[in-house]
Amino acid sequence: MYVYDEYDQQLLNERVAQFKGQMERYLAGKIADDEFLPLRLQNGIYVQRYAPMLRVAVPYGQMNSAQMRALARIAREYDKGYAHFSTRQNVQFNWPKLEQCPQILADLADVQMHAVQTSGNCIRNTTTDEYAGVIAEETVDPRPYCEIIRQWSTFHPEFAFLPRKFKIAVNAVPGADRAAIQVHDIGVNIIRNAQGQIGYRILVGGGLGRTPIIGEEIRSFLPEEDLLTYLDAIIRVYNQFGRRDNKYKARIKILVKALGVERMAELVEAEWERIKNGDSKLTAAELERVKKHFTDPAYKTLSDEPAGLTSARAENAAFARWLQRNVRAHKQAGYAIVTLTLKQKGTPPGDVTAEQMDQIAMLADKYSFGEIRSTHQQNLVLADVEQSELFALWQEAKALGLATPTLGLLTDMICCPGGDFCALANAKSIPVAEAIQLRFDDLDYLHDLGEIDLNISGCMNACGHHHVGNIGVLGVDKKGEEFYQISLGGNAGEDTSLGKILGPSFARDQMPDIIAKILDFYVAKRNEGETFLETYRRIGHDPFKEAIYGPAH
Amino acid sequence: MAQLIKQGQLVTNDEWHLIEDDAIIADYGIISLKRWQENAAALLPLAQAGKIGLLLNSDETADLMGDECRHFVLIAIHFPKFSDGRGYSTARLLRERHGFKGELRSVGDVLIDQLFFMNRCGFSSFALRDDQDLNDALAAFNTFTVCYQNDVHDQRPLFRRR
Repeated sequence: MYVYDEYDQQLLNERVAQFKGQMERYLAGKIADDEFLPLRLQNGIYVQRYAPMLRVAVPYGQMNSAQMRALARIAREYDKGYAHFSTRQNVQFNWPKLEQCPQILADLADVQMHAVQTSGNCIRNTTTDEYAGVIAEETVDPRPYCEIIRQWSTFHPEFAFLPRKFKIAVNAVPGADRAAIQVHDIGVNIIRNAQGQIGYRILVGGGLGRTPIIGEEIRSFLPEEDLLTYLDAIIRVYNQFGRRDNKYKARIKILVKALGVERMAELVEAEWERIKNGDSKLTAAELERVKKHFTDPAYKTLSDEPAGLTSARAENAAFARWLQRNVRAHKQAGYAIVTLTLKQKGTPPGDVTAEQMDQIAMLADKYSFGEIRSTHQQNLVLADVEQSELFALWQEAKALGLATPTLGLLTDMICCPGGDFCALANAKSIPVAEAIQLRFDDLDYLHDLGEIDLNISGCMNACGHHHVGNIGVLGVDKKGEEFYQISLGGNAGEDTSLGKILGPSFARDQMPDIIAKILDFYVAKRNEGETFLETYRRIGHDPFKEAIYGPAH
Repeated sequence: MAQLIKQGQLVTNDEWHLIEDDAIIADYGIISLKRWQENAAALLPLAQAGKIGLLLNSDETADLMGDECRHFVLIAIHFPKFSDGRGYSTARLLRERHGFKGELRSVGDVLIDQLFFMNRCGFSSFALRDDQDLNDALAAFNTFTVCYQNDVHDQRPLFRRR
């Protein structure tokens, strides 16, 4: 993974000092609340329902064990002993004290971590595939490009006060997309053209929130060295022409819709023409320098499917199930990719205790070259595990509650913090997730249901990505009462689609029953081997609607 | 009264002032883009003599002036609210695209924590909102000694220098 040199470290140390000074001025009454707001936001600090929340960046989901231990220490010393992994691959602390945040940021800087631009109307943490660099299918490892974007976007002098937040995601796998690039302000798809050259297909104007929109292609092929100048061109157009009169219409997707993608492309291309040969054009040396940080670890020469694994699988059904669900093929013979699920029954999705974090760091050191990834689905990944160690790892992970064999299944839910923490939420989301986890805890049933994304957001800001859940749940406020609206048919993969609202919303205690009804209907209607989404797409929305609400009159 | 910072220090004898569209033009008056566009031919000698400056509002993009900006010795860019970031693009484009070499001044809701970015985008004077602490403001120009991107002062991003 990327290791800071003296420039990176110097810059981060100066950022820590800057925010310390800003906090001192704020506490001394020299900065008004509304003027301190963007300063703290761009350092990851929200003021939540009960306490500040600190969102720490995990750039494109990459961490090492020392960083994980530092996060555990922060959870213990400054928080209530736990942390939460978000859908942007970041980690959130829910109970730090505002005046302690500068010290937390200083502690983070010691391990090359920060909370830079994890909030505010600026360019946020770039996200990518959690399997980057370890799967055979990818065109190229996307992480060096993410790091190049990270550096370019960090304290960009022109784009610190955009109309609204700005999110970029990168995917490098043909035919798959774990980074949901179609629902980002900019989606970067790394591809190879007919001549075999690396470049990018650029999408613009996707997003969730109040107005969910699937991004559109603005350029079919951008040469590798032109990445930053093109991003500069897009965001410069947005900075100048994006709406600033209404925060709900300020995202780039609204600008793209208003102009039309063809006009947007004309503006961007015209801007880009004038800067593309400037010094921000990437150099071969820089690409090489950053790529060197993402070379393969010292893999041993091994064979797939060692005898011990085969026998352990045959002898232990629970292990076999975990292998089937939570372990994925690796590009290197004899290795595997393991997902540690943060979806333990009774725990909010994405939450981990400090103790678990320390143990995860230990597992990473012991089994996976000391590196850990966080995922868009709010899980963690050990990307380089020897297949012969899988059984031992499974036993340890199981004891820690990190081996629930449900990756990609119904209870592997995405869920925002909701009304338990968030000041924006209309409704709580965690209790809905818990009720569903409790109701559907039969592993045989879950495995029989197969892959299904259930996403829960506590309000229309859509942090829980409900629009792209096969089953989406949205918390709504009905005359002061919390209700939940269900949508079906959303999907965040390569064939992204937005869910369609099923009908009137339900009270919280009805939710497990309603979900059960939807699932029963799917099971009754599915063809052999068909996933929930496939069945939905085949038979359509109305039969589901009728199954839940009865025939239309 | 705003506190004017120029070349790293407080300036107290600055004569530039905004002129309303219906007011008589005086020396060191800063006129609106509209007024310039309506009377460019008549105003050109004054601009070239360094007697008048130009104001761009936040919704007035740099290309509305284009290379005509070079006629002026001073252009002010207005920030109606500190969170309105359009002026950063305007400033960079005037400097980098349209060759503006004169004084580029930020006016309006200009706060301490914008100064570092403004300086990088090519502003050379800063009409700091009057409640801002001057010493804190002067220190803000030295917040960072390293920057990843290129800017108006150094066209090379860090990756061409590291």
